Amino acid sequence: MTRKRRRLWVLVACGLGFGSATALTLSAFTSDIVFFMLPGDVLTKHPAPGRAFRLGGMVAEGTLKQTMVDGAPGAVFGVTDGHGHVVPAEYQGVLPDLFREGQGVVAMGAMTPDGDFRATEVLAKHSADYMPPEVEAALKKNHMWNPATGAPPPAAAWNGTGAKLAGG
Amino acid sequence: MIPELGHFAIALACVIAAAQAVLSIWGAHRGDARLIAAAPALALGQFIAVGLSFLALVWSGVVSDFSVMNVAEYSSALTPLLYKITGTWGNHEGSILLWCLILSLCGATIAVFGRGLPSALRARVIGVLGAVSCGFLLFTLTASDPFNRIWPPPPDGQGVNPLLQDPGLAFHPPILYAGYVGFSIAFAFAVASLIEGRVDAAWGRWVRPWTLAAWCFLTCGIALGSWWSYYELGWGGYWFWDPVENASLLPWLTGTALLHSAIVVEKREALKIWSVLLAIITFSLSLSGTFLVRSGLLNSVHAFANDPTRGIFILALLGIVIGGSLLLFALRAPVLVPAGIFAPISREGALVLNNILLCAIAAVVLVGTMYPPFVQLLFGQQISVGKPFFDSTVIPLAAPVMAAMGLGPVLSWKRAALAPALIRLWWAALAALVVGLIAAHGLGAIPALGFGFALWMVLSAAAELVERGRLFRVPLSVSWARLRQLPRASYGAAIGHAGLGVTVAGMVGMSLAVHSIQLVKPGQTVALGGYRWMLVSLHDQPGPNWMGRVATLQVNDAASGRLVAIMHPGKRSFPLQQTTTTDVSIKTNGLRDLYVAMGDERGGGVVLRLHVNPLAPWIWFGALIMAIGGWLSLSDRRLRIGAPLRRVATARRGPVVPAE
Repeated sequence: MTRKRRRLWVLVACGLGFGSATALTLSAFTSDIVFFMLPGDVLTKHPAPGRAFRLGGMVAEGTLKQTMVDGAPGAVFGVTDGHGHVVPAEYQGVLPDLFREGQGVVAMGAMTPDGDFRATEVLAKHSADYMPPEVEAALKKNHMWNPATGAPPPAAAWNGTGAKLAGG
Repeated sequence: MIPELGHFAIALACVIAAAQAVLSIWGAHRGDARLIAAAPALALGQFIAVGLSFLALVWSGVVSDFSVMNVAEYSSALTPLLYKITGTWGNHEGSILLWCLILSLCGATIAVFGRGLPSALRARVIGVLGAVSCGFLLFTLTASDPFNRIWPPPPDGQGVNPLLQDPGLAFHPPILYAGYVGFSIAFAFAVASLIEGRVDAAWGRWVRPWTLAAWCFLTCGIALGSWWSYYELGWGGYWFWDPVENASLLPWLTGTALLHSAIVVEKREALKIWSVLLAIITFSLSLSGTFLVRSGLLNSVHAFANDPTRGIFILALLGIVIGGSLLLFALRAPVLVPAGIFAPISREGALVLNNILLCAIAAVVLVGTMYPPFVQLLFGQQISVGKPFFDSTVIPLAAPVMAAMGLGPVLSWKRAALAPALIRLWWAALAALVVGLIAAHGLGAIPALGFGFALWMVLSAAAELVERGRLFRVPLSVSWARLRQLPRASYGAAIGHAGLGVTVAGMVGMSLAVHSIQLVKPGQTVALGGYRWMLVSLHDQPGPNWMGRVATLQVNDAASGRLVAIMHPGKRSFPLQQTTTTDVSIKTNGLRDLYVAMGDERGGGVVLRLHVNPLAPWIWFGALIMAIGGWLSLSDRRLRIGAPLRRVATARRGPVVPAE
């Protein structure tokens, strides 16, 4: 075993190790990346049913309803971006302690064939006045709220189409 | 008065650290004996100064001095004493001060326990630690001063974050930081040896125990954090691939690789350049892990410390430390002469394989963690990478590590044959295969592989000790004598490997957990996982600074009707912070956890989240075993740390132990 042969072996092993790591990463990137969308994006881009993504926005005022299916609790609520786009969402499970109407929300899930968002996970955060950073960034982009000017606008300001959704 | 003294002590420490860096390195370069001799004293002085400022901060917390902003924001008059103390490091400024304290402690330990080191090398190591310390103390002084005052002081503080009001989390940061910062010693040795231009077997012998100690702390710290999120967050999981969790996993992976490559440096003088690079990378990842998270670049559930204004300072500091050390490496690495030739199938070969795979896993985790913020920065697109990504990339890379882990220790150094090694392990392989096949029958392919590998790791570690002791081949008394003479490091390695097996078994068990979310009224029963869960009652329970609501559950075995457990999940609302926390109830019998989290009350009933988690406690138990293996290994090396004189004395007594 010469030094050259040894070096060759090590290089082959490195190539195999990192080659497979790269291959795995790339293949996982094509299938396992989760995009973040606002209700407006969902309504224009129509993500394929079953493809997981994260939906962010504010819980529209007057849309939160607790449900009960076979003894298992759940909830339906509308997620809005303040531009009149509302995506109806349903969730089977216990909502986080800090989940309220008019507050920022990020939910993981996928669209159902009939155009609802089925959340598999509603992200919880630690404090009452917390705004999920994705939602904050999106709101800034849509000129709805500038964090430098203070607290987010009151929940009523988000209410554009909330009443319609609750009624229907 | 006390806070001002604390502030002054930080400034003093910063100046001492600067002196420690300049005088020690310059003195070692010039060969000035007086400056070299001053290095340990400066390191001790810096430790005392930082220690005093930390005590001043703890004191301000204990006496509830709300004119100190840090205390006013994170403590209150009602906070229990323990959390007044631990709240000191439960926030950004305090945790950075703790970080600096541990870094200065590392310098002090080198000063005290490094007497056997060549004095010039010791001065350089202390100098490098001083330079890093100086940078971060400067950051504390200018951008993150824990002693900032507010005037007029509020009548009461805002209180500690209720989620952090927990004994598990109270001690999580110090242990985790001891792990992170402990790698600074390996880093300092690497940089010092680059400056000196010499790495030899002794380097491996000095670096390994320090790395091992840091690794043990980091293992415990990660396990404690994961355990905390399991029982405190009430989400039923133990690892969420959250950026902060990944930030602690990355140095653990490369630190584990360093631990193994340092063995090769010590025994065979090979992989020297690689080990130096690995030491630099490991500490760089530790630094990034602590500070990148706090710069607001990565967001996560650990949102308590996000503050973008400090980001620039931190990024500059990280750039200097990491970029500077890598530049030094690029300039000086060619000076180090490689040595030690080995065949691909040998102990060294197995350790190289370990290094490649661990680094590949670390690279994958790093990409998965950093890709979303970079995509956001460059393309303004918000994406996230979660469990599916990490599952499909990490598991295929971890499988060969686990397979090779059993084989490596029985291979001989330099040149080995695979067949005899496999023959020695036949019974371990057979048992793992049988368990895997049985598991495959009932549970599916992935859990079966996981259980098979877990058993393989435990049994092959045992097989290695059996082999060392020639157990069942020579009389029992002879075996006993051989086993007693084995170095503790061998036991440590075997126990560490077996511990990982136990952890993997726990993770696989956890992947088979079942759960259900139900609205239950008192008197109603839910069936889940072979148990009948009955809600007995709901009642109030007041606490010192919270109001509680507690449910009482009676869990019976579904088949026999035997009473298994009485459980009390609850919710606590903290009026001061307007926050509610979930108080999870967990009953374990060592083989499975019954786990209940309480949700909202609705129409006379309460929403309960019920879990049955098979083998869950094994995850943390295995981590504890790993750390115990590490400490055992460390106790063996204690007498040998940089003590050439004593080594000569033992060598004269004759070699009693076969070479590892």
